[in-house]
Amino acid sequence: MKNVKKLLALGLAVTMTASMLTGCGSSNEGAADADTNAKTDAEATDAEATDASADDKTASAEGGSVYYLNFKPEQDPQWQELAAKYTEETGVDVTVVTAASGEYETTLMSEMGKSGAPTMFQVNGPVGLANWKDYCYDLKDSAIYGELTSEDFALKDGDAVAGIAYVIESYGLITNKTLLEKAGYTIDDIKSFADLKKVAEDITARKDELGFAAFTSAGMDGSSDWRFKTHLANLPIYFEYQADGIGTTKEIKGTYLDNYRDIWNLYINNSTCDPAELAAKTGDDSRNEFLASQAVFFQNGSWEYGNLTADGTFTDDDLAMIPIYIGVGDEANQGLCTGTENYWCVNKEADEADIQATLDFMNWCVTSEEGTKAMGEDMGFVIPFKNAVESQNLFVKQDKELTAEGKTPVSWNFPTMPSEEWKNGVGQALTAYAADETDDNWEAVRSAFVDGWKTEYELTSQE
Amino acid sequence: MHKALKRYSPIFVLPTLLAFIIGFIVPFAQGLYLSFCKFTTVDNAKWVGFANYNVILKDASFLNSFKFTILFAVVSIILINVIAFGLALLLTKELRGTNIFRTVFFMPNLIGGIVLGYIWQILINCILSLASKPLLALNSSAGYWGLIILMCWQQIGYMMIIYIAGLQNVPSDLVEAAEIDGANAWDVLWKIKLPMVMSSVTICVFLTLTNSFKLFDQNLALTGGDPNHSTEMLALNIYQTFYARAGALFKGYGQAKAVIFCILVIAISMLQLKLTKSKEVQQ
Repeated sequence: MKNVKKLLALGLAVTMTASMLTGCGSSNEGAADADTNAKTDAEATDAEATDASADDKTASAEGGSVYYLNFKPEQDPQWQELAAKYTEETGVDVTVVTAASGEYETTLMSEMGKSGAPTMFQVNGPVGLANWKDYCYDLKDSAIYGELTSEDFALKDGDAVAGIAYVIESYGLITNKTLLEKAGYTIDDIKSFADLKKVAEDITARKDELGFAAFTSAGMDGSSDWRFKTHLANLPIYFEYQADGIGTTKEIKGTYLDNYRDIWNLYINNSTCDPAELAAKTGDDSRNEFLASQAVFFQNGSWEYGNLTADGTFTDDDLAMIPIYIGVGDEANQGLCTGTENYWCVNKEADEADIQATLDFMNWCVTSEEGTKAMGEDMGFVIPFKNAVESQNLFVKQDKELTAEGKTPVSWNFPTMPSEEWKNGVGQALTAYAADETDDNWEAVRSAFVDGWKTEYELTSQE
Repeated sequence: MHKALKRYSPIFVLPTLLAFIIGFIVPFAQGLYLSFCKFTTVDNAKWVGFANYNVILKDASFLNSFKFTILFAVVSIILINVIAFGLALLLTKELRGTNIFRTVFFMPNLIGGIVLGYIWQILINCILSLASKPLLALNSSAGYWGLIILMCWQQIGYMMIIYIAGLQNVPSDLVEAAEIDGANAWDVLWKIKLPMVMSSVTICVFLTLTNSFKLFDQNLALTGGDPNHSTEMLALNIYQTFYARAGALFKGYGQAKAVIFCILVIAISMLQLKLTKSKEVQQ
């Protein structure tokens, strides 16, 4: 009996030690583990992050290595594959770790504090840059900078190039052409806000007879409100910047807020649900309404293409993306809203060898055949580089067509919005207005928009 | 035996002590240091002295969250403890099925905070929309009462178990003696049972107090601070300070708020412990 007890105790101790030591593997194992565990599970990515960064130290012995903290969980499997291919080809270690959705800033903050910090990361624009500009290597002389198709896609910090955009996306009004035709209209009938209003209100008037509504629910919960407090708000800001000839401002005037009110009214009064219910509607609700053919228009972006066509619900013939007209500017020549909120940055504080390895990796991703194919086709990105492949995404192709026809894309100006706090303030006010559409409530929106902008800018620009 | 214990006790204590130091003391000390700094990552901190504290003591949102948290704490402590004690009294009587009831009342405590918050959010929004009232995202009083209901639902079972244990330790001969002397049920409750379970009361009030102040998961999931930070409690306020705006400044502010928060909770709990411990009666 005593022997059995001793054996049991020994067995347990060994199991405990073994389970503790499995965490320490070689860095190749780490990458492979990351590959097999590549789900968007927050816990898994946290564990991977600690494993990978601990292992990275051992790997960067000679030659330099790359550690990329990826922002987009949807593309994690493809990044792991691409990294493995690069390592096979060049022998340079590439570790890709993906932060869980919504957790990028927090993960980046904790990873940067460690000794095996990421050598390659991303910022979302001028506001994100404010956090990280002391860590951004100047990419002015790098090979990848030379590959950009336009200066607009570089994120500047004074004269230095702090970031390089790596994916261009478009958003607009995704339209179910089949339903639109049932209502008796075609895409060509909608060339301005006045047209959009006419079509939408007509569909709403005949809602019972047609069996569907004009717009999907403009949900204002966290999963969906960014479409209206950020993406839709981009339009009045864009037109104001155009009118004043500026690219950013400390004090926004809100010149086109009445147009913002008009389009918001259109969205909430011609949709599948009562405006008072919007506070609880989610992004999934909106998408599902569109998939179930309950509404004609769904404001969202090219990233939704996969979701809408995956199980064959819609084909390319059923869908189109039209510009969001708000009744300002040259509507006949207005294109989709195209731009980026994703800029690659290289960690200035990393070793010389690692920096060079990272620059080589980045350049390879956007110039080599495997790299461009992976980014363009597998990940579905439109990359603003000279060697990009053709995209299969319908909405991306539409953006190209419209631009080729001479229509001006509406640039993304929401990276100049002062802070998350500002966006939340506007979102709150929009929700309150939707629940009770009075002039006073719209004044609250105007105040959150204009006064909030000034306050937030002052707060965030103190050094 | 005692000598062996004395000699070897440091070795046995060491692993846990090490874990406590690494997991608690070191981050705490680091946080204290960082509250006097401006930083983006913990390595590159610039010392700024009391500047952070000066700013946050005038921060309206911090004071608002403080008021809201106090309001929440007072009501929830009273409600949870009174109801839990009442249930404990009921379930220590010789009735059939008390075990089942105890299990059922305890089960809500097993559900994690975030999941609970989201489920109650859906439930409350449903009720609000049936009653044609504004939904949670626009309704601060619904947010407040929703939080109270959620916490009560979750914590009453837990506190009830502790009270049951306390009540079961009241010696029955004391109760019998009192009843022979002519005490009615009310007197027995106030003069015999309550003083005897005072140690359980200390524990339960301490737990509900610290839980209410530290509440984060349920707050985030149920209301997220909406509308406009009016239902934001202290922990959520600190979190938002950190992440709602970009820039090295705000991390320092958040850290300073966290230090003040810690001092506050310690002070209030110490006060409470002293008060209730002095009422405890030795058996």
